[in-house]
Amino acid sequence: MSRRPVGRRAFWIAGLLLTLVVAGVVSHYASASPDGLEWAAGEAGFADTARDSAVAGSPLADYGVAGVDDARVSGGLAGVIGVAVTLLLAGGLALLLRRRGARTGTRD
Amino acid sequence: MHVPDGFLDAPTSLVTGAVAAGAVGLALRGAHRELDERTAPLAGLTAAFVFAVQMVNFPVGAGTSGHLIGGVLTAVLVGPWTAILCTTVVLLVQALLFADGGLTALGTNVVLMGVVAVGVGYGLSRLLVRLLPRTGTGLLAAAGAGAFLSVPAAALAFVGLFAVGGVADVPLGAVLAAMGGAHLLIGIGEALITVAVLGAVLSVRPDLVHGAAHLRRPADLATRPGLRAEEALR
Repeated sequence: MSRRPVGRRAFWIAGLLLTLVVAGVVSHYASASPDGLEWAAGEAGFADTARDSAVAGSPLADYGVAGVDDARVSGGLAGVIGVAVTLLLAGGLALLLRRRGARTGTRD
Repeated sequence: MHVPDGFLDAPTSLVTGAVAAGAVGLALRGAHRELDERTAPLAGLTAAFVFAVQMVNFPVGAGTSGHLIGGVLTAVLVGPWTAILCTTVVLLVQALLFADGGLTALGTNVVLMGVVAVGVGYGLSRLLVRLLPRTGTGLLAAAGAGAFLSVPAAALAFVGLFAVGGVADVPLGAVLAAMGGAHLLIGIGEALITVAVLGAVLSVRPDLVHGAAHLRRPADLATRPGLRAEEALR
């Protein structure tokens, strides 16, 4: 029981770096096959009822950055932007909702 | 599993939108009890991590692929109500910025991947936590089983919605067979990723894991940094 745990800040930074690598680099190697729902829609014959999203023309549509030609850079940049926006929104919401004030046993 | 616009008719989408809004409302209240100074930053990180991992589709054979839903992983890490909120934020970002998942289908996607995946998957994992040994391995097995079930459960929920409000006139049995088959395989990937990530977090910071509270013994508290040395040595 003498092992000092990894610091919370170090843990968080390591997690963020891993997240950025997954979104920014690893995502390039994702399978391009249709996902389970798309595949099932094709098999069962209702794929053609899908409509384009109203934001299909968004500069980030389909996980690419409009105007960036290199697929690796475009997809990686889109991933990093998505991570940043998700982190800000979810993290901000969690900070707003959290219980405030010191409670016994929660100091670290 | 992101449902695009057009698969479901407008009344069904309105109902799922209302159910999603109600669930998010409840989750806002529930998350307040789950989040504190220590876990709130982890909730933001978990949502961002799930967004990132959802970009990485893995092949499951037969020319199809799947990606993590992350509902059970998030629920075990930061709590089930917070998991519904985190999933909703991820789906919102994907639908609005990346045109992934329809805008009119946003409520449907929140219901499937937030409410159903978290509710069924985390529900099973809590049940198994009571039955399995009170160890890290027991928690991982429970979370893995819950994560696995969460995917076919969400797929079945889609088939249910399709039965009610599917726009295409196709045999429901074919939809059920294709959705069920593909998502049983994707569920295996969901379980593997959930167990790997949860196992890594449990090995370095088990105290940050919401679903590991039952594994913490009073003695562990004495080693927490922040307590005075003489208290820790007592």
